[in-house]
Amino acid sequence: MSAKFETRDIVVPGDLLFEGRARAGDNTYRNEGNIYATRVGLANYNKDRVSVIALEAGFIPLVGDLVIGMVTDIELGQWKVDIGAENEAILTTNDAIGKPFRSYQDMTKILDVGDTIVAKIVDLDRRRTPILSIMGRDLGKARDGFLIDITPSKIPRLIGKKGSMINMILKETRCQVTIGQNGKILISGRNRENEELVVKTIKKIEAEAHTSGLTNRIQEYLKDIKEQRK
Amino acid sequence: MSKSKTKAKTKTKRKSRKKKFERVDGRKADELRPVKIETGVIPNADGSAYIEMGRNKIIAGVYGPREMHPKRLSKPHRGVLRVRYHMAPFSVDPRRSPAPSRRDTEIGMVMTDALEPALFLERYPRSVIDVYVEIIQADGGTRCASVNAAAVALVDAGIPMKDLVASCAAGKMEDHIVLDLGDYEDKKGQADVPVAYMPKLEEVTLLQMDGILTTDETVEAVELAIEGCKQVYEVQREALKKKYGMDEEDTAEDAEESEESGEEPAESEEEDK
Repeated sequence: MSAKFETRDIVVPGDLLFEGRARAGDNTYRNEGNIYATRVGLANYNKDRVSVIALEAGFIPLVGDLVIGMVTDIELGQWKVDIGAENEAILTTNDAIGKPFRSYQDMTKILDVGDTIVAKIVDLDRRRTPILSIMGRDLGKARDGFLIDITPSKIPRLIGKKGSMINMILKETRCQVTIGQNGKILISGRNRENEELVVKTIKKIEAEAHTSGLTNRIQEYLKDIKEQRK
Repeated sequence: MSKSKTKAKTKTKRKSRKKKFERVDGRKADELRPVKIETGVIPNADGSAYIEMGRNKIIAGVYGPREMHPKRLSKPHRGVLRVRYHMAPFSVDPRRSPAPSRRDTEIGMVMTDALEPALFLERYPRSVIDVYVEIIQADGGTRCASVNAAAVALVDAGIPMKDLVASCAAGKMEDHIVLDLGDYEDKKGQADVPVAYMPKLEEVTLLQMDGILTTDETVEAVELAIEGCKQVYEVQREALKKKYGMDEEDTAEDAEESEESGEEPAESEEEDK
């Protein structure tokens, strides 16, 4: 019955986190009554729960997630969309235009292979394939902007406490930023300069995600660049 | 010649040579070649690692879990691990054909078997995890070095693992059991025993032998190789931690912040196993 690390220590897979009775939380597994880490991350001990906050993790689709993906294939009445999950997501005509598929419809006129879409995961079917929908506000085909990729596990860091980080960036640069839970980020602003600034800032956040006082540091970083421009 | 006589003869032989025995590169019998590992070297891969083990230079990239093509090879209830081992034409002298050889296919399979026990493949039905290993420069023991790089690259890709896999060979050279054979020792030596080992679970995942060893020598070689694996494991750990600057105080508040942001796409892994 003892913890083997301090909270916030960096652990790697296979590290023994806890001996004895406790609940195995995220990124851990239980073997012979002990709890071990499965991912590289920060150890986290709560009352009766041992978990690891992952520093590297893939995207695990959950219902309700906002994602950005690319159409990879067209089938009869549905599109295949790559959202960076282990399985390709499916978008049916019902979820795209609100009408069932008719054979006289030209599906490429609605969405074509190569299009980038902002979508919501509405369901996971019994084979865990994500079902998407683009019916709704701010969903649908992305027309322009920068598309960048970061590690999905660092998305919460980019959003910050109650959106503090992302709101600060939006205020400083006046860009529109759509954050997909799958680590894809769409940035569109009034001019290219500002868009590039956001890209640079987000890359900086990704590199320094595990350090503290990041929001303040990013704010100063943005201000510095703005002053240099003047 | 009777059995006891041969034994006596080799014993005296060994004793007389013990004083003179020296390895080609001046290492001690139980000394590893210098190992250096770096993570995140391929920006477009999900995870990657670069290893220098002596004069071996190897790069490993991990992609996935992703949809498997051709689809008929995927499994409905579990994921598949695919390892491609490939030697660059310039990695050895004389130049080697870049086409995959029988040896490449075999080592790819052996590496798959060595890495698979550390993964939770049952969590990825119908998917594949691809590992690509490219030998840039070869100097003996590439399969062990490749396993080391691939294990670190898998962790870097954020794939959940039971343990790291460390690998190292032992062998017999001039009647001495030695650790981590280089290219010359590999070719001139009497035997070569590559071992892959999960240090925290204390499980051997790869054991091969090329050459002739007595029972006692085999045990000695495997034990020595496992000691070597443990040393490699420490380097792997350091490499993984190095990416995050290892500033203990800095890491503290960040974690809290990311937790409270609510939107965390956390994966709830199995509660009880």
